[in-house]
Amino acid sequence: MTEFLRFFFIGLGNGAIYAMLGLGLVVIYRSTGLLNFAQGEMAMFTTFIVWMLADAGLPLWLALLGGMAAGFVIGAIVHQVIVRPVGDPQQKPLAVVIVTIGMFLGFNALAKLFWGSDDKTLLNLFGRSSVSILGTDVAWQKLGALAVLGIEALVFWLLFQRTKVGLAMRSVASNPESSALCGIPVTRILMIGWGLAAAIGAIAGTFTAPIGALSSNLMQLPLIYAFAAITLGGFDSFIGAIVGGLLVGVLTDVVPRYVSIFEKMSLAPAFLLILVVLLVRPEGIFGQKKVSRV
Amino acid sequence: MALLEVNGLTAGYGIVHVLFGLDFTVDAGEAVVILGANGSGKTTTLRAVSGMIASSGEVLLDGKRVTNQRPDQLLRAGVAHVPQGRGTIVDLTVEENLRIGAYTRSPGDVAADIARWYDVFPRLAERKDQAAGSMSGGEQQMLAIARAFMSRPRLVLLDEPSLGLAPIVTREVFDRVGQLVNETGTAVLLVEQNANLALHFASRAYVLEAGRIVKSGSSAELEGDESIRKAYLGS
Repeated sequence: MTEFLRFFFIGLGNGAIYAMLGLGLVVIYRSTGLLNFAQGEMAMFTTFIVWMLADAGLPLWLALLGGMAAGFVIGAIVHQVIVRPVGDPQQKPLAVVIVTIGMFLGFNALAKLFWGSDDKTLLNLFGRSSVSILGTDVAWQKLGALAVLGIEALVFWLLFQRTKVGLAMRSVASNPESSALCGIPVTRILMIGWGLAAAIGAIAGTFTAPIGALSSNLMQLPLIYAFAAITLGGFDSFIGAIVGGLLVGVLTDVVPRYVSIFEKMSLAPAFLLILVVLLVRPEGIFGQKKVSRV
Repeated sequence: MALLEVNGLTAGYGIVHVLFGLDFTVDAGEAVVILGANGSGKTTTLRAVSGMIASSGEVLLDGKRVTNQRPDQLLRAGVAHVPQGRGTIVDLTVEENLRIGAYTRSPGDVAADIARWYDVFPRLAERKDQAAGSMSGGEQQMLAIARAFMSRPRLVLLDEPSLGLAPIVTREVFDRVGQLVNETGTAVLLVEQNANLALHFASRAYVLEAGRIVKSGSSAELEGDESIRKAYLGS
């Protein structure tokens, strides 16, 4: 039992990271209607900025805030300079998705160029001590990741459901043309969406880096798990990203310990679950079914 | 001075020219219709006026040049556009669509305005928390009109509201918009091919053929015009 709990909490901690990354994907999906393949690399890039600030002597929390601010600016620039000139994502979704794949490579190369290919070390945001829960030692860092995830989710829910700019973002995602006719400055709204997604990437990266080391391929595996998470939870749902992320985390950490055929392929149980969800509920557990009549 | 004055409006899509120098005006509080068959350039005219497509010529609002301004800028200047196909923001609820309509306004009396539109279109009140895309075509048309009026515009551009609606629903929509024009003093520029209803609704009319205005006059004059009767009124 204690062993199960140990892996369960490890899974929750990792799942929190997938969920954070998933939240960024959902923000972009909800404001532009497409998947941003560069989400992970943008997160890696801003995490390097966090590292730089921490390395320069800032407390890690402040460094994280600085990285998020830089991320917001980078996201906004990416939208204005790279995504927008390619064209309307609603009319050319594939072109824009391909561009995000290009950005994946671009951010990776830039990170190597700026910070070299030596691994960097980023410390735990919540220190190295742990607390005993049901007889199992659980690191404060894991609990902290869950708490931060909860705060992120609350902030995003409030932003999208309770503020005017959030309503505008949902409107632009659904129908940019009508939104413009209603007076919404569509380009500025999309810029804010990309800025937010890049900003929260810094959080996911700052929790990922201490697990191993900070390098330019920091977020590549987590991004795949995050894709799995939002497929499971629903591309357009913040709750879905969180539940999906935690489920994927727990499944990939717990199941392989007990089912021998999954030992060498820890992602398989998560993908089996996704397959079942897609067959039964294609829009994901919390995703909204698109309904429209003409 | 006319509220909207359009001089020599020329527009098209890429190398395809659709409009060839249109001149027309709309006065404050006036309902004007541009009649035209399919493909005559009605929708393109409205899209050019509201800045959805590039155009040359002159679009003046209160005598001020607004040619080729973005739609959101034009809305702020007081021109709301109900696009062809109603432009429903399908993933938002009915009420959220109305709040988007008031995007440019300060939040103060938005709730009161929404309540007023629920009185005008009770069907919208019944469905206020429903995804707007799930409503029928007629209901979506009413929503589109209410959403445009939520910005408290001085001029509403209305693109073929009869499209795809049953005749009885179309009549209801026209009746309601007619009342709105009277009550709010908002000017409406309508483009339509349903001449019967449109000429009753509007006080003046222009006839658009292949991107050129070929006739204009009061609705009564055009209703009596033999060639109009043949082309649009079926008698």
